[in-house]
Amino acid sequence: MKILVTAKRVTDPDAKIRLKPDGSGIETAGLEYKLNPFCENAIEAAISLVEAHGGEAVAVTLGDDDAVQNLRTALAMGVARGIQVQVTDAELDSDLAARILAKVFEAEKPDLFLLGKQAVDGDSNQVGQLVAEYLGLPQACFASKIQVTDGKVLVTREVDGGLETLELTLPAVITADLRLNQPRLPKLPDILKAKRKEVKTLTPADLGVEMVRKVETVAYEAPPQRAGGVKVKTVQELVEKLKNEAKVL
Amino acid sequence: MADVLVVAEVAQGRLRKTTLSAVTFAKSLASRVGGGFSILVLGQGVSGPAQEAAVYGARAVHVVDNPALEHYTASTWAAVVAEAASRVGADYVAATSTTFARDLLPRVAARMGAGMVSEVTAIVGDTSPLRFKRPMWAGNILATVEVKTPRAVFSVRGAEFDAAAPTGGSSPVQPLAVPVTADPKVRYVGFAATLSERPDLTEASVIVAGGRGLRDKAGFEGTLNPLADALHAAIGATRAVVDAGIAPNDLQIGQTGKVVAPNLYIGVALSGAIQHLAGMKNSKVIVAINKDPEAPIFSVADYGLVADAFKAVPELVEEIRKVRGG
Repeated sequence: MKILVTAKRVTDPDAKIRLKPDGSGIETAGLEYKLNPFCENAIEAAISLVEAHGGEAVAVTLGDDDAVQNLRTALAMGVARGIQVQVTDAELDSDLAARILAKVFEAEKPDLFLLGKQAVDGDSNQVGQLVAEYLGLPQACFASKIQVTDGKVLVTREVDGGLETLELTLPAVITADLRLNQPRLPKLPDILKAKRKEVKTLTPADLGVEMVRKVETVAYEAPPQRAGGVKVKTVQELVEKLKNEAKVL
Repeated sequence: MADVLVVAEVAQGRLRKTTLSAVTFAKSLASRVGGGFSILVLGQGVSGPAQEAAVYGARAVHVVDNPALEHYTASTWAAVVAEAASRVGADYVAATSTTFARDLLPRVAARMGAGMVSEVTAIVGDTSPLRFKRPMWAGNILATVEVKTPRAVFSVRGAEFDAAAPTGGSSPVQPLAVPVTADPKVRYVGFAATLSERPDLTEASVIVAGGRGLRDKAGFEGTLNPLADALHAAIGATRAVVDAGIAPNDLQIGQTGKVVAPNLYIGVALSGAIQHLAGMKNSKVIVAINKDPEAPIFSVADYGLVADAFKAVPELVEEIRKVRGG
């Protein structure tokens, strides 16, 4: 089977993100960039499915040339080849990202499109669902288990109140949650091999996508900071404060 | 007509209380754009929840009751919601951000040709163009966004909009004739419910949450259950605890789990990673119990106790019982 999978470049998920002094965006000096953790889960799932069922996994990133480094991480993990669509995050909203990815899907015609359930920078959690609607495909978001059998895919989803299972007819769109798997760490020979793997670069114009956003970000601000409180010495003091000062007991 | 349509969420035959945050958002948005709001209840056998939705001042409660909607699936439901919005003349569609809404609403937006704003925390201004605030980067940045399309879809952060209170009036409950076509490419197979007698995390006024410092399932449950019992609290967990299989996924609080804002949050043996703080830092009173005095959770805690949770929590349970006379 052929699987298309996303490899988004994001700011280090564990970095403390700060606003630029002029409020025009985030302070990027000294920031490291990584693969979106949810994309790592999607990539691991794509590679495992190809290992089990044969076929090819293809990774796509929407980003500038720096994003190709992160795309190479996906190739080092075991994805066969990569596609870069040359855009910057600032040019995109979720809808435009989805319209570009839908065109990549139409060009590649995979059996399955795997995406991270959200990017940990924008935190919108929209793109997989939008792509599925634009392509008229069934979706299973927040997947914690994927089994492919005979033209269908059985997906367990993490939802409020428990775990839901759906059966989708391929081709289908699945977004990955964290419990789906433990992404592999690429080994050095694979990292070297990944440098020689094919990465095709496209522009939105190549794909016939009009660069129009439906949602514009017009300002950034730091959220109100919570002042740290006091340290109490004993459990008795804690209960006394919760009862008489905070009045929550 | 700039009306707002709230998509209600139904679980176990009842209107989910989380829906009432979207109602509050819808009232606020409708008043700014000079429109009204109505509520859409869809599913099979949903006359009960439709009646429950009728006491919040909506212009109408629209009901699509159809056997093909017995189980929720995104593609089938999105078509119904988008068509319902057109038929009732709603330019705006909103729902409280739960896994149901996160899964459904982007597809609705795509069908409506509308821009969508995820996790709205505030509406800015009351003249056109309306702007909305939403968190990015695990809540470390608040963005202000503007929707450029005439129609728009919103997922609303429940912790930021109080649940609407009953208005005393009664909205007309009306069946809405929208064709329903079940997507043949999706089959609902089953649902394994997380069974719990405790309050729902997103609705609880007190939450006790545990981290990896509680070591294993016995340590997690043995420590937190008595505390939750004493406080009638919901139990939450960090991602690490859920990843380790100690607690079910439904309990995860954080950037990618549930976002909560209870009156009292007690974090036990958890360090307070950025991703966890994103899900609880707007709680009204935060208590942290951790043996590491440098744990980041102390920087947001109103009351911090540096102690071994295995010793401190049983003591805390005793003390709470004393003051509550329980």
